[in-house]
Formats: sequence, C-alpha cells, structure tokens
Amino acid sequence: MSSLRRRLSPYFLLGPGTIWLVVFFVVPLYFMAKLSLESGVVGSLEFDWNWSNYSEALSEYDTQFVRSFVYAGAATLLALVIAYPLAYAIAFKAGRWRNLMLFAVVAPFFTTYLIRTIAWETILSDESPVTEILHAVGLAPSGHILATSWAVIAGLTYNFLPFMILPIYASLERIDVRLIEAGKDLYASATQTFLRVTLPLSAPGVVAGTLLTFIPAAGDYVNAQFLGGAGNRMIGNVIQSLYLSQADYPSAAALSFVLMALIMIAVVVYIRFAGSEALMGEDTV
Amino acid sequence: MEGRGAQAWRWLREHAVNIVAALVVVYLLLPIAVILLFSFNDPSGRYNYTWVGFTFEHWAHAFSRPELNEALVTSLKLALLATVISTIVGTMMALALVRHQFFGRRPANFLIVIPMATPEVVMGAALLSFFLLIGTFSLGFETLLIAHVMFCISFVVVVVRSRLIGFDRSLEEAARDLGASSFQTFRLVTLPLIMPGIFGAAMLAFALSIDDFVISNFNSGTTVTFPLYIFGAAQRGIPVEVNVIAMILFFFTVAAMGFATWQQRRAEKMASVRPEQETGIGVPAGAAAAT
Repeated sequence: MSSLRRRLSPYFLLGPGTIWLVVFFVVPLYFMAKLSLESGVVGSLEFDWNWSNYSEALSEYDTQFVRSFVYAGAATLLALVIAYPLAYAIAFKAGRWRNLMLFAVVAPFFTTYLIRTIAWETILSDESPVTEILHAVGLAPSGHILATSWAVIAGLTYNFLPFMILPIYASLERIDVRLIEAGKDLYASATQTFLRVTLPLSAPGVVAGTLLTFIPAAGDYVNAQFLGGAGNRMIGNVIQSLYLSQADYPSAAALSFVLMALIMIAVVVYIRFAGSEALMGEDTV
Repeated sequence: MEGRGAQAWRWLREHAVNIVAALVVVYLLLPIAVILLFSFNDPSGRYNYTWVGFTFEHWAHAFSRPELNEALVTSLKLALLATVISTIVGTMMALALVRHQFFGRRPANFLIVIPMATPEVVMGAALLSFFLLIGTFSLGFETLLIAHVMFCISFVVVVVRSRLIGFDRSLEEAARDLGASSFQTFRLVTLPLIMPGIFGAAMLAFALSIDDFVISNFNSGTTVTFPLYIFGAAQRGIPVEVNVIAMILFFFTVAAMGFATWQQRRAEKMASVRPEQETGIGVPAGAAAAT
C-alpha cells in the first residue's frame, strides 16, 4: 500500500501542472494547426486540408519573415557584443559593486515592457539629445532614428539584453579562476588566456543567451509597432493584425506555424554548430 | 620615461572592460530614468513625449484616472491569482522532478521547457485559436487567467527546481529520526528551507503576469489590463499618470526583491546551523540557489 502510494506520488505532484500545460499549451497548438488548414471566413470556417493558406501566406509575407530574422539576428549579435563585457566585469571585476550591477541588469524588468519601449520612442525622437549626439558623430546621417530599421533593432536589443547578460554571467561566474591563473602561469598573454580559456568556458552561457534573445526577438511586434515605421513591420505584426483586426484566422494560424517551425529549425541548426563547440569547451577542462 | 599619452593609453587599456560595463549599465538604466523624469512632466497637449516643465501634479493625483485604475486593479488581481495557482502547481512539479524517479520524466521535462522556447505571439495565437474553436470560454478575465498561469508554470518549476537540487536531505532524515511524520517534516523542515526559492518563483510569476502584453493582447476580449491600457492609450496619448504608476510598481518590486534577499540570507543561516559545515560534507542550501 505504502509502496504504491510512493510510486504514484510523483504523478499526483505532476498531475495538475501537466494537465494545465497539455490542455492550454499542447491542445491549442493542435487547434491552431487545424485552423491553419481551414478555408472560408469567420462563421463559416470549414476544415478541408487547405494547404494553400501556407503557400499564400508565405509568398505574401516573405519580406516580413526575412526582416524578422534579420532584425532578430542583428539584435542578438549586438546584445552579445554589449552583454559580454558587462557580464565579464560583473563576474571578475565588480567586487563589492557586484550586487548593484546585477540589480541594474534586472531593473528594466521592473518597469512595464510597453512603457520601456515607449521611453525609447522619446529617447530616439528627432528632438532628443541622444539623436543629436548620434547625428553629430555621424551615426545618424539623416538626423532621424525613429521609424527606421535601426530603431527597431535598438529596441529589440535593449528589451532582451538581460536575457543575454544573465546566462553569460552565470557561466563566467562558475569558471574556476585557477584555470585562468594557470593560463597566465604558462606564459599566455591576457588575450590568449581570454580566447583559449575564458571564452570557451563561457560558451554554454553564450549559447543560452543568444537563444533566449533570438527567440522572443524574432516573434516580437511591440518594438516594430512603436519604434518602426510602415516599412519595418515584422512577422509578429502581421500575425497580430491578421488575428485581431482582419480576423483572417487561417492565414494567421499558418503564419504562426511557419514562424514556430522556422525558429525551431534555426535553433536546432544553431545548437548543432554552437552547441557542440560549447560542449567541447567543457571537455577541454 | 613614459609619456603622458602612453600613460593614459595604458590606463584606458587596463580599465577598458570596466568603462564599457559602466556604459552598458547607463544604457540599461536610461529608459528607467526617462520614465521617472517624464512622470514629473507637465505636457501641454495629450502627448507626453517632449519635456515641457516640472510638476508634482501627476504624483499627487496618481489615481485620478478611473479607466487606468480599473486596468491596474484587473492586472493586480490577475497577477495575484496567476501567481498563487502557478506557484502551487509549479512547486509540486519541481518536487516530483527532483525527488522522484518515474516513468515519463523526460516528456515531463520537455513539456516544461517547450513553452519557454516558444515565441509569445505563437502561444497567444494558439490559445486564441483554441478558445475560438471550442467556444466554451468567453474571452475575458477567465481566459487571461488560464493564459497567464500557463506561461508562468515553466518559470516557477525552473526556479524552485534549482533550489531543490542543492537541498541537504539529511535535514529531513533527522526530522524523521526525531519522530516527525512525513507531513510534519515537509511543513517544518522542507518548506521553510525551500521557501526563498518558492518566494523567488512567485515574484517572477507575478512580474511576468503583470507585465505581459502579447499573450494578453490575443486573449483579453474586452477586459483591459495595465499593459493593454497603455497600448490602447498610445494612439491618443498616454497620460502622465501611467509613468507615475509604472514608477510606483518599480519601487514596490525593488522593495520586494530586497525582502526576498533578506529572507534568503535567513534561510541560509538556518541551513548552516548544523555543525557539519567544518567537515565540508554538507552542501549549504544557498550554494545551489546561487547557480
């Protein structure tokens, strides 16, 4: 009796959460798949394996797809370049400032996502000092930043930056400093030690960080909505407007599926390439 | 003798990482400073985008917009309920995954990870498709709560699990040896020790829920939450009170985080009471939570 209870207890503990996730995450994906193959308009939708929803959606919105992946890729790269020095400084150089710096990293999360993005609208507007400075140093030749690709990329970079910093910091912090000292003892220069010891050891954090930044960035529509212009719409904007204003559910469902599939493919390919490298980094220890 | 230029160059090279880090910190905090600054703005029109003049007006009358208040109350109610449900359900799942070997562990882990790797638009769109096709739920508070609990669960599991992994089980064994029932052991030993993890998870769930825009945008019907109010107001001009309330929420969260840190330190002290520390066998409970 008691052994039966013990054997069943994990299922009892797991039960409610599993049911919730299956019913409200997995099953909805099935319904969306079904919807993506239906034809007709609201009220008279009919399931008839209408694959043309996919081909039409893809040919009509291919620019937005490409743009989403380009923006997300650019934002991920930028975030990596910005995040690494900060994560490195927090892990190795911050000393008693460490907690305060970590606080600065998570602080943006404490203000609402939309308000943060709208704050960037103010910061990047034509009258703002930031725009003027960037114009003066030649980074914004036209004097405008808002409603350009760069504004959207800047917004994406900012909003998902903490997702890049935290995993890199976590993997750097775990590095045994004796390994770095050993590098120096063996007459490696600071650059060599960094490239051959520190960087490979932090690879798992870099891989996790890039994924955590790229995935939400590729599906985002808030930054493009507030910081971009008509020519900067991303696939998220298309899905949102097809679902919520045009009520073209089958096309929107098809697009969502393609987005999910493309992201999955990108992630798998990326892990194949970077993941094995990250693992090798751990092997060299 | 080194020249001045060379000296400056060396200083710059030595401190390059710190300088870049300081600049990144400024970058991270800049929008927050802007939000705070513009909460004291006295805009001439409806748009709070350009600086006009300083006023305490909007802080003094932070809750003077009934629609905004209503949205805020909805958000708080929603976040509170979503937090309670997802924390309980998620903690149970974390306990099962860390403490039991059972058939179906792998799929269970997969089920928990996959929502975190799905873009929010896809989750929102899928849920809306589901609600539209089955038709039993009318879009509103109810569907929002379902959605929020759904995306919070995974995060709760991850946070509580990291706390449970470093858990020193001999503390529980000691309690059992001293005659405590399994329920008493759970309530008096296990729960207080993993409480900081649960509290941290609850705080994360609350933050995720109150800040959620995308999934709510799809499944709210006519119900308006705080982020949805801001989205709606963006076209006709966002009232300054939004900035004020955002800052109030900000300071409130900072205080809650301070409290959580204090509680965690206390739990660490509690766990380190045992004399075994010197032998180095026991793993301090805090060590695992930090990773």
